[in-house]
Amino acid sequence: MMIKDVIPGFELFRPRTVADAVTLLDQHKKDAWKIAGGNDSLSWFKDRLKRPKVVIDLTGIAEMKGVKETADGIEIGALTTLTDIENSAVIRKSYRLIADAASKVASPQIRNVGSIGGNLAQDARCWYYRTGLPCYRAGGNACFADTPEGQNREHALFDANRCVAVSPSDIAPVMIALDAKMVIRGAKGERVVAAEDFFVGPRIDITHMTQMQPEELLVAIRIPKAWAGARFYFEKVTDRNAWDFPLVNVAAALRTDAGGVVQEARVAIGGVACTPRRIGVAEETIKGKKVDQDLAQLAGQSSTRGARPLNYNHFKIPLMANLVMRGVRDAAS
Amino acid sequence: MTTARTIAFTLNGASVGADVKPHENLVELLQAQFGLTGARESCGQGMCGCCTVLVNGRAVSGCLYLASFADGAEVTTVEGLASGDALDPVQDAFIETAAFQCGYCTPGFILMAKQLLDEHPDPDDSMIRHYLSGNLCRCASYPQIVEAVRSAARRRLRRPSA
Repeated sequence: MMIKDVIPGFELFRPRTVADAVTLLDQHKKDAWKIAGGNDSLSWFKDRLKRPKVVIDLTGIAEMKGVKETADGIEIGALTTLTDIENSAVIRKSYRLIADAASKVASPQIRNVGSIGGNLAQDARCWYYRTGLPCYRAGGNACFADTPEGQNREHALFDANRCVAVSPSDIAPVMIALDAKMVIRGAKGERVVAAEDFFVGPRIDITHMTQMQPEELLVAIRIPKAWAGARFYFEKVTDRNAWDFPLVNVAAALRTDAGGVVQEARVAIGGVACTPRRIGVAEETIKGKKVDQDLAQLAGQSSTRGARPLNYNHFKIPLMANLVMRGVRDAAS
Repeated sequence: MTTARTIAFTLNGASVGADVKPHENLVELLQAQFGLTGARESCGQGMCGCCTVLVNGRAVSGCLYLASFADGAEVTTVEGLASGDALDPVQDAFIETAAFQCGYCTPGFILMAKQLLDEHPDPDDSMIRHYLSGNLCRCASYPQIVEAVRSAARRRLRRPSA
């Protein structure tokens, strides 16, 4: 029997600066666990499935909090809470897509402490994995979701490779749609990674969801000005209306000319692959055209080409087609 | 390993200190060291809202919140809402509207309603539902709870000092 709800002991460090946090991470490397809001971390700790020796509490690092306007757009500190993002005046005015998605994450209590960095770096929610089974993602040699009896209605349609877990984040597809850049700091310095490259699937690294190394820290997210004030659409479909992770979500950003002709478009879908999935075919379908119902439907239907459903997640195919259709239609209108 | 540290914070208006273990959560701290049982761990994963505590005016799930995080913060539990014998308008409204049956979830709902009314003194129903979406009531007193929040808003608008 598994003992739950009793967190094993650890040593807690509370750095006040990014430099100190990076030094600590470099000292402890794989023994260290980064904690911000703690929503994902504490559920692992309570189940005693992750037992880090050292926990580095990032919440005292003031330079990682808040939304700043820059010459090229905005920079969101990775520790900024989802509530602060939902309420940020500049985000609501010019990058409403982020606020829309933030307001749909989990519950108010979780948004009040949950950070955007934690949301983007959160671990997979496959229930077999989260139960502590020795699956591929946990470093083992099996997948318990992709079996004849496996309960896999929440799992992947695309790009599965041994592991069939999906990206559970509502903010991740928004980052793809807005062409965000992730600012990562490590002992060797800073590197900036496009959102599309930040998230990685099991083919690249089956035990991690992002390309960040254990000794690195996501410090900020830059949103380019190019998408300020564009036309946006976000929708998330869940079993429950609150707290739940997305079955499928969609984030769309479009620019149209005065006549409504689409000049630029970026569309991304979450919950269908291990990474948020950019839907290039939908973008190409609507570029240079005015979006009507038929065109939106075509964009939606073409987006599911190549889907490989598991036993119980066929429903995600029409759901995804509909969300892409609504994303491009309602963003354009 | 797991050295306890001393934290200082404001608890229901009083300055307090406590020795906390790194892995202790806020609900454990409030129950074990301060005898406050209004916030209780129920689901343990942030779904139910029973462990809701206000930290710097914002509702958090106390069972997912390390006690160390409270260092320097202003913490309010349901026990701290009344002043003397006078209940908070939100508490009065819950009683008058009978917005509970067993009462297990009530402290969480009341504290979340408090954050809502501090930020939006005159919320509409969709705003009320948005704010209360992280609190579950297994007795399903939801219609009365929404009514209680409306009533609390009216009481507070009449008595702006509360």
